Amino acid sequence: MASESITSSEYIKHHLQNLTCTLQEGHFHCAHSAAEAKEMGFWALNVDTLVMSFLTGVIFLFFFYRAARKASTGVPSGLVNFVEWVIEFIDNSVRGSFTGRNPLVAPLALTIFAWIWLINLMDLVPIDFVGQLIALYDPHMYWKLVPSTDPNATFGLSLSVFVLVVYYSIKMKGPGGFFAELAYQPFGKFAAPINLFLEGVSLLSKPVSLSLRLFGNMYAGEMIFILIALMGGAWATASVGSATLFGSQILLSLGWAIFHILIITLQAFIFMTLTIVYLDMAHQEHH
Amino acid sequence: MNINATLIAQAIMFALFVWFCMKFVWPPIMDALAARQKQIADGLAAADRGKHELELAAKKANQELNAAKEKASDIIAQADKRASEIVEEAKGNAKVEGDRIITGAKAEIEQEVNRAKEGLRQQVSALAVAGAEKILRKEIDAKAHADMLKTIANEL
Repeated sequence: MASESITSSEYIKHHLQNLTCTLQEGHFHCAHSAAEAKEMGFWALNVDTLVMSFLTGVIFLFFFYRAARKASTGVPSGLVNFVEWVIEFIDNSVRGSFTGRNPLVAPLALTIFAWIWLINLMDLVPIDFVGQLIALYDPHMYWKLVPSTDPNATFGLSLSVFVLVVYYSIKMKGPGGFFAELAYQPFGKFAAPINLFLEGVSLLSKPVSLSLRLFGNMYAGEMIFILIALMGGAWATASVGSATLFGSQILLSLGWAIFHILIITLQAFIFMTLTIVYLDMAHQEHH
Repeated sequence: MNINATLIAQAIMFALFVWFCMKFVWPPIMDALAARQKQIADGLAAADRGKHELELAAKKANQELNAAKEKASDIIAQADKRASEIVEEAKGNAKVEGDRIITGAKAEIEQEVNRAKEGLRQQVSALAVAGAEKILRKEIDAKAHADMLKTIANEL
């Protein structure tokens, strides 16, 4: 809830600002405004993104590791059963889309799906809960709860995938084969520059589309949560209008949150499936 | 929303998570799943085998039963045959024995008859002698005619 001292615009900006920190003059310093964060340049870290990513990743690995330790041929317990269910789902997806043989792909797909899903799930935490808790500690501290609304996080994932795609393309086809794939199609050898341009764009668009799709969906979803939360800002005054707004906020955020359960799963699934497909293309010679 | 070193840190974190998942999470669970799948398949195969064996056993039991029945009827038939044989044999034996007894009895009867005849003969001769004695008491000496009487008795 926006306190009376800040405007709607400030409220939105506050929610969309990462906690950007860097080393300045020997000690760790965090930006108190968007401009300050921009000034820090490239060598700064979005601490909130990293902490939330790390926590969600550790939660994922903790439960899956525990299940892996307990997994046996006997009757699986609740957690093991759930984990096996997820793993079989991922395994089926990988088997369905990936034709090569690579022991990395399935664990990669699992990590992407589960981690992104948990990261996106943070979007369902009511947006002011953690913000207000942090504000108790330091009112000027930003805390963006959903790492996938930070392009750094999504590009960090998609560029890693891109590196893997290029690595396996070169490993499977050789540097010449990879170049041939880029240069000799779709228009044949004599149109190599055009081919190179077209294929280069399509190659580079893979990581960009992968990360921007996730980022865009989550950012827009977060934005709508913020706007819905703003509606209730008027309830400070006791009137019929503000009561209506307050009720609308509850109903709308509930509806959007329920709809968002679908979106976060879908986005995690799309990211995973496209990663598998890109890696499959990297492993295949298609001439 | 600036691009900064978070990207690199995120990528490193991602790589570590994937490594951990690939090393400690994925293989044990897949192994367990594969092992369980194999166990279930084995169990189903064993069940199938058991069913098949049961069928075989039932078939065999049926065969055994039929064989036993056949054997039993064979034995009964044999026993019947043997019984009638024994009866026949017994009949034959009885007949032989009966004949023998009859023959013996006949011989005995003959003997008895002879003995009776002998007795009668002696008695008749004695009676004849006594009668003759009474008749001839006065004129015939018993001693003088004893030899003659004996010859007559023998001729009787």
